[in-house]
Amino acid sequence: MKFDTVIIGGGLSGLTAGISLAEAGRKVAIVSTGQSAMHFSSGSLELLSCPGNPIEAMAKLPSDHPYSRLGADRAARFAAEVPGIFARAGIKTAGTHEANHYRLTPVGMFKPAWLTLEDYITVENPADIPWRSACVINLHGFLDFYPDFIAAGLNRAGVSTRTVAISAPAIERRRESTTEMRATNIARVLHGDTAKELARAIRNAASPDDEMILLPAVAGFRDFEASRMLKAEVGRPMAYVATMGTSVPGVRAQLMLERRFTALGGTYLPGDTVVRGHFDGTRLKAVETANFRSDLLHARDFILTSGSFFSRGLVATPERVEEPVFGLDVSTPVRSPELFNKDLFSPQPFMKSGILTQGSDFKAMRDGLPIENLHVCGSALAGADALKEGSGAGIATLTALAVSEKLKNNN
Amino acid sequence: MHNFENCTKCTVCTVYCPVSAVNPSYPGPKQAGPDGERLRLKKPRYFNEALKYCLNCKRCELACPSNVPIADIIQSARIRYTRSAPSLRDRMLAETDVVGRLATAVAPVVNTALRSPAIKAVLGATAGIAPQRTMPAYARERFTTWFRRNAEESQKQYPRQVTFFHGCYVNYNNPDLGRDLVAVFNAFGIGIRLMADEKCCGIAKIANRLTARASRDALINLESIRCAVAETGNPVVATGSTCTYTMRDEYPHLLGLDNADVRDNITLAVKFLYSLIESGEVTPVWRDDVSMRLAYHVPCHMQKLGWTYYTTSLMRMIPGVELTVLDADCCGMAGTYGFKKENYRYSSEIGRPLFDKLADLSPDMVVSDCETCKWQIEMSTPFKVENPVTILARTLDLEKTAARNRKNH
Repeated sequence: MKFDTVIIGGGLSGLTAGISLAEAGRKVAIVSTGQSAMHFSSGSLELLSCPGNPIEAMAKLPSDHPYSRLGADRAARFAAEVPGIFARAGIKTAGTHEANHYRLTPVGMFKPAWLTLEDYITVENPADIPWRSACVINLHGFLDFYPDFIAAGLNRAGVSTRTVAISAPAIERRRESTTEMRATNIARVLHGDTAKELARAIRNAASPDDEMILLPAVAGFRDFEASRMLKAEVGRPMAYVATMGTSVPGVRAQLMLERRFTALGGTYLPGDTVVRGHFDGTRLKAVETANFRSDLLHARDFILTSGSFFSRGLVATPERVEEPVFGLDVSTPVRSPELFNKDLFSPQPFMKSGILTQGSDFKAMRDGLPIENLHVCGSALAGADALKEGSGAGIATLTALAVSEKLKNNN
Repeated sequence: MHNFENCTKCTVCTVYCPVSAVNPSYPGPKQAGPDGERLRLKKPRYFNEALKYCLNCKRCELACPSNVPIADIIQSARIRYTRSAPSLRDRMLAETDVVGRLATAVAPVVNTALRSPAIKAVLGATAGIAPQRTMPAYARERFTTWFRRNAEESQKQYPRQVTFFHGCYVNYNNPDLGRDLVAVFNAFGIGIRLMADEKCCGIAKIANRLTARASRDALINLESIRCAVAETGNPVVATGSTCTYTMRDEYPHLLGLDNADVRDNITLAVKFLYSLIESGEVTPVWRDDVSMRLAYHVPCHMQKLGWTYYTTSLMRMIPGVELTVLDADCCGMAGTYGFKKENYRYSSEIGRPLFDKLADLSPDMVVSDCETCKWQIEMSTPFKVENPVTILARTLDLEKTAARNRKNH
């Protein structure tokens, strides 16, 4: 099986690279082991969590940070491409890389964000929220949403907020299984008449004085149809707030990006694992997967976007940190006390662990030597603490576009 | 370390569980699988009968970021902890081979009876078969009978031989698919032989907890496969994705049988054919009068095998075929599951997004590698479903392909 590019990892970074290459007419396959961290998305993408302009703030990062490797100009150029990639997949976003806006977290905090999916609540400035009163509505029995935390946060910000719980018969039925009453399972019944019933309950629960109605993000599993319909049926200013647990907008974004990739002719191989590479000196010729075995996946170029510890792009044992597929060079191969901070909530240095790369196209290395056609993107890269910096989605998409541009220019 | 210990409780499995989405009585894959297993190890009485709602589609395993064999844990628990013996209804549904042998002998009578509303009502009331269902029709002549009478002798002219695992479906319900496979392989200059002794792959028995019977048959199949591979130097091919998946992965995972020596040689015909064509060993000559809009429905076990690429690539080679690959949704049938009265409602609800999508698309035909998906789609929509091998038989110019590939030898 021959492709122009084989991408190992099917999350945000792999799909961004895959879509970008497929849009340029390349034949691309994505091999994906298990689902991605996008399933826990807040509904927003972060470039760098700071007030003001995130691109300018990149200047303060250390030189081995993936953003420093890109440089501010390229970072800004690639960041400007991302909303278009999402929009062509049917995902409208608000926000720009020139100035962060703020998203509302599931516990009622305002945090800087770069791009937010269209139906989510955002504010330009938490100190000056244009709506003065709000009603946070939860569904009876839904345990992954905390209206009181959100109301407390909004009240602190000067928005007079109350909470109320409602239901609709089809959603009420979900309460039979408390463990399964998850945002995604609610989303799977919330369409058609159920959405209309719920809209009626929302209209009844909200008072005319509520300038904003806030609902947990439980609508629109596969696309935006249900979430748009619910808003239209309510007919008043209404927006969604992120829930805890698996994220409906995250799943939806994953599915819509996958659909875009395959519509462009891309081959998405879910549930498969690359087990080894076949090398010719410093070139990777082909990869062998668990499902295809002797039918090797040949390609001119390979991109590794297998993620960090959660996705097992990196594997940590009590002694070592390893890249499990090719045995690539990693930044912190051996466990040492400096990798850990005893205060759990302080930055943890081991979070910066990752694959070492060379050049502006992030070439992977083995035993200090670069592999010319194997590039690394996203959270597998060394040098960033995505959680603390609020840089995960930015690194995933920007490095993917950097490598994709390089591959497009190569041939 | 136990196989549930890699679970990080992320609940991504629940997102993709087709049952959890429609049936609140089902505890969901995380609870039924890794969470429940921990409790069951402590006290078997924590076993929950509601695990029977799992349709073993493996979508939880595909989604799991931590490689937990969730569906295997659930199915193993059903086998190990269910106290009651399988019901008569479950035994009847599971004995696809015995029932098939008897039914094909008197096919016209059986088929008329199975379509009769009165018989359906009786089966519903006494046996727990969903009265909305029509059991699949039986063929008048088994595939193996046809093969021995009409094809076996002529197969010897081909220097290369491949063994065909036909399965219960081809043998008793759809011998035409078997004939199509013989025609396609022959056109490529390859002869077909049958296994020395073929038993049902056993998936229906595993699903209905007739594990001892399933293991006995599995051992016979593995022995036949070993002989076939040794004698032909080629893999054993099948047309059904579930038979293939069962013999490759359920044998070791659920029946505890070691098949490591032959697992790679148990394969699907589409995989074998794709590889032959891609490597240039054989050359297809297509008919020039094909014009078809096909929709490909990915069966759950095909998705789990990871081999969708072979079927879609073959279909895309056919000039005049416009292929739409549907979102990979479970059709809800899951073998014998959808025939059971207590599952009918959920089975239909699970398939709803697929049926709606097909109604929107209105294809000329649906392609699928699984016979029970075919039954569900044909019972729930106006569309006809065919195996990709049948599509190949209808779109290849068999004579010209045969001539071209004779020259090559």
